[in-house]
Amino acid sequence: MHCAVLVFPGSNCDVDLYKAILQIKGATAEYVWHTDTDLDRFDVLLIPGGFTYGDYLRPGALAGVSPVIASVKKAANSGKLVLGICNGFQILIEAGLLPGALLPNQSLQFICDVVPVKVVQSKSPFTSSYNHGDLLRLPIAHGSGNYYCDEVTHQELESNGQIAFSFPPENNPNGSLAGITGLLNEQRNVLGMMPHPERAVKQWLGSTDGLGLFQSMLEHHTA
Amino acid sequence: MLQPNVLDVQGQAVQGALKHLGFESVEQVRIGRQIEMILPTEDREAASLQLREMAEKLLANPVIEDFQIDIQEA
Repeated sequence: MHCAVLVFPGSNCDVDLYKAILQIKGATAEYVWHTDTDLDRFDVLLIPGGFTYGDYLRPGALAGVSPVIASVKKAANSGKLVLGICNGFQILIEAGLLPGALLPNQSLQFICDVVPVKVVQSKSPFTSSYNHGDLLRLPIAHGSGNYYCDEVTHQELESNGQIAFSFPPENNPNGSLAGITGLLNEQRNVLGMMPHPERAVKQWLGSTDGLGLFQSMLEHHTA
Repeated sequence: MLQPNVLDVQGQAVQGALKHLGFESVEQVRIGRQIEMILPTEDREAASLQLREMAEKLLANPVIEDFQIDIQEA
């Protein structure tokens, strides 16, 4: 499984993501600058967290129209796996690959914490190593992770099983609608999520609950 | 501007601060953004179409924001 780690001006989780991939036996990774458009050699596209373009206009808005994104869209339509984490999730939404919007956190504060995250959908290439209802401990670090969509879209997301991860109602740190913090596209080959699985791959990092995500992707690839 | 149905937490915070300053009567604060640009053209109609496209594709987020276009001739 050869993974592209896309790098934009202002990405800052690219190295973490790259190293997390290398934890997985059978996975390789390569950095790709945002002006490159040839992604054919990759099986999986990863968009890391950060503050691309200084979050100017809206988080992810300027990265969402970068040259590489047209190729990401093409790859997503052809069924390749695309994972966006944190700012990567914001970019996927701005690029129109996932529905809704990520607003500033309800508290207006940047939140940096390790929080419980519920697996809502385990039938996807990204989450098959988990069980429905598993409570993961994952780091979050964001200022705009407050997921919003209109009621019609929310119903669709529910009935299509597109909600991958959610914060439990008693611990919703950013005010996201229904606690939504991980979202699949309808075909389930694109996932955006606010929590950082790449920061939860070693016991000395505080949690290894993020490994399952990368493991699931590898299993999907080799199946 | 944020659409009326979208909660404006920034606006709420500013409303709270205004209250601290004694402006108790403020009922609601909503915060938007103004983007100014220079477009060298004589064709007002074409400029308006172009601006609309820019707003829809990048400048505004149609999921949560409405926009208004105001053209002034220099």
